[in-house]
Amino acid sequence: MIFNRHSILAILAAIGLATSPLAAQNDAPIVAAASDLQFAVAEIAEAFTAETGMEVRLSFGSTGNFARQIREGAPFQIFMAADERFIADLNTDGFTRDEGDLYAVGRVVLMVPNGSPLTPDETLDNLAEMLAAGQITRFAIANPDHAPYGMRAREALIARGLWEELQPYMVLGENVSQAAQFALSGNAEGGIIAYSLALAPEVAPRGAYALIPEEWHEPLRQRMALLNGAGPVAEAFYAYMKDSTAREIMERYGFVLPEDT
Amino acid sequence: MDWAALWLSMRLAGWTVAILLPVSVLMGRALAYRQFRAKGLVEALVMLPLVLPPTVFGFYLLVAFGRNSPIGDLWQSLFGHQLVFTFQGLVVASVIFNLPFAIQPAQRGFEAIPVEVREAASCSGMSPFASLWKIELPLAWPGLMTAMVLTFAHTLGEFGIVLMVGGSIPGETKTIAIAIYDRVQGFDDRGAATMSAVLVAISLFTIAVTYWLSARVGRRLS
Repeated sequence: MIFNRHSILAILAAIGLATSPLAAQNDAPIVAAASDLQFAVAEIAEAFTAETGMEVRLSFGSTGNFARQIREGAPFQIFMAADERFIADLNTDGFTRDEGDLYAVGRVVLMVPNGSPLTPDETLDNLAEMLAAGQITRFAIANPDHAPYGMRAREALIARGLWEELQPYMVLGENVSQAAQFALSGNAEGGIIAYSLALAPEVAPRGAYALIPEEWHEPLRQRMALLNGAGPVAEAFYAYMKDSTAREIMERYGFVLPEDT
Repeated sequence: MDWAALWLSMRLAGWTVAILLPVSVLMGRALAYRQFRAKGLVEALVMLPLVLPPTVFGFYLLVAFGRNSPIGDLWQSLFGHQLVFTFQGLVVASVIFNLPFAIQPAQRGFEAIPVEVREAASCSGMSPFASLWKIELPLAWPGLMTAMVLTFAHTLGEFGIVLMVGGSIPGETKTIAIAIYDRVQGFDDRGAATMSAVLVAISLFTIAVTYWLSARVGRRLS
């Protein structure tokens, strides 16, 4: 009977799929890292594995989102936030092992894609002119409600007096990587993103950037901490982050490093 | 190409189908044959995931299964680990989210069986189980097949809930849809393009096979 043969085959296929042995259980510790670290920390993790033979799994996303997930019990072992306030709050509520370490200070840049009418300059004068001339249709930043790079971008734009005028054209990324994606996709004239992303080999050829003056926004003090469930491999990676190899890589991606660790 | 993510999505879809198959047979059959007071409400509840945004479910699941909730607590004490941010958590979310895709077509399949056929089965002395196995399931088969394929394909495509309650953990909750999202954000256009194409091919293939199968079965039966 055709029904039996086919349906049973289909059911068996479904169950077979479901119950077949899991791909080797991976218990490498998970590092939750702010998305401005996307390229830098991926490179550091590779170097770490090459040097020590130990492995970590990386999860990149918005700092605010990770903080929320950690509070709901996400099994991360290290949290590398883009803003130290999130670490301080988690520490107060007992989710981290200690107050953690400052690992980098980030910068923001105005990045414009190739072919955009905008010219990146440090003073954002050209942005103001283009805005007045009606040449801006879309401008991307990370969501300032929960993404630290979005908060700093907002502060910088407020300091420059462009925040209100840019409102109608603003598109918000869920995190700074998405903001960069929006800014460089060709659907926007530009955006304010992390310096570390602008310097990444995957991103740099797509446009030009100008560093935004540090005085225009609160410093992006990026802090990391071991979370309660951290094991020895996570501890090793945490220590590696403060080591010379990792520091060199972080510097190459435009991060300003704390003096000594 | 992130094969681990694709495999994870396949496993998730497989589990969802395996759990929802018996559920859709029982629920679909009950909703098709029986008349009861709260039927409208039950049907509405089943359809709810179709219209609610995934963020609503994501939020509820995060709160309802989180570590501060009774369900989260119970799960923790039974299995010794958290429900959210695990593969099991995704399966639970996926089963709930796919209820309309599994039950609705199954219900239509059972409804299409003429009542005389069921009465004839029962008059010939068939037990309800024999009637289900030998008469109803073969007749409702196209509906059930559609239900399972839709569930499978829809799970492969699920994104919002996984983003909210998954945490994008490689090998645990990083499904193919999330992996594509990550690649796009990582400016890896080639990776994203390859994975998207693979997903399109798999989805198209799965759905085409169902149509072909149910057309074949339909011909045999008529």
